[in-house]
Amino acid sequence: MEYAVFAVAAIIVLAGAFGVVVSRNPVHAALSLVATLFGVAVLFVAQEAHFLAAVQVIVYAGAIVVLFLFVIMLLGVDRADDLDTEPLIGQRPAAVLAGLALGGALVAVVVTSTVTGAPRSGAEDSAGADNVTQIGRLLFTEHLFAFEATSVLLVIAVVGAVVLARRRRIEEIDREEPVTDLGRDDGSAGDADEPVEEHA
Amino acid sequence: MILAATPISASWYLGLSALLFTVGAVGLLVRRNPLVMFMCVELMLNAVNLTFVTFARELDDVGGQVVVFFVLVVAAAEVVIGLGIIVGILRRRPGATADDLSLLKG
Repeated sequence: MEYAVFAVAAIIVLAGAFGVVVSRNPVHAALSLVATLFGVAVLFVAQEAHFLAAVQVIVYAGAIVVLFLFVIMLLGVDRADDLDTEPLIGQRPAAVLAGLALGGALVAVVVTSTVTGAPRSGAEDSAGADNVTQIGRLLFTEHLFAFEATSVLLVIAVVGAVVLARRRRIEEIDREEPVTDLGRDDGSAGDADEPVEEHA
Repeated sequence: MILAATPISASWYLGLSALLFTVGAVGLLVRRNPLVMFMCVELMLNAVNLTFVTFARELDDVGGQVVVFFVLVVAAAEVVIGLGIIVGILRRRPGATADDLSLLKG
């Protein structure tokens, strides 16, 4: 039974991952990403990480991908990418070769090695508790400092997002950061994928 | 049924996560759209999360799952800031790819 679950989830995960990489339209890539995230959530459930599976669906599929889609729609970049022209000659075959080497190395490590290591001492203290209880207990005892640091990180992210998304007028930006060749005179750049209309 | 009685070995999960990481890495190298590159980073993060959960079950240690929790939080913060930067860049220059952002080049 677990083999069947694993096989189906693995196929979904890998198909979604390939979809992210090869789809021309960023919206399709985002939807493929949702498929991958759901597949990973299924694998979490299969490994008895129920809390993380729920968080995976809520945070990743529910928040992060929606954020991606918001940005895609907001910027109007949901046109198809030009995947045929290679910006750097030979970069794509080199990337595929490097990827094959990386994947081969990682799979070889997995195949040739065995999992060692002892369970953490005291792990049997909470053996009877369910998943959420165990994670919560560990989070608020051993990893309390990291947990608090996480809250600081989230506050910083919120402030940073507000600062970054603040709409400044172009003249103001030019006065503060004198950048002359950023998109002003891009008639000569030869970008085939410049959109025709200007998105304000 | 014998198959139900024997749990699947951790190597399968680790191999799948290695493949997922590889696909994400290749996508990051191949694609030029900053949004899609970001999604490939998410793929790699998910591969690592899967590895952590696998080892958490294999070693019977919930600490691995706690680490995945932290990775999720950091990924959320990273996506917020990264998408803010991408919005800022693409608002000034619509249709910019990773190759066009060469202002830091010496």
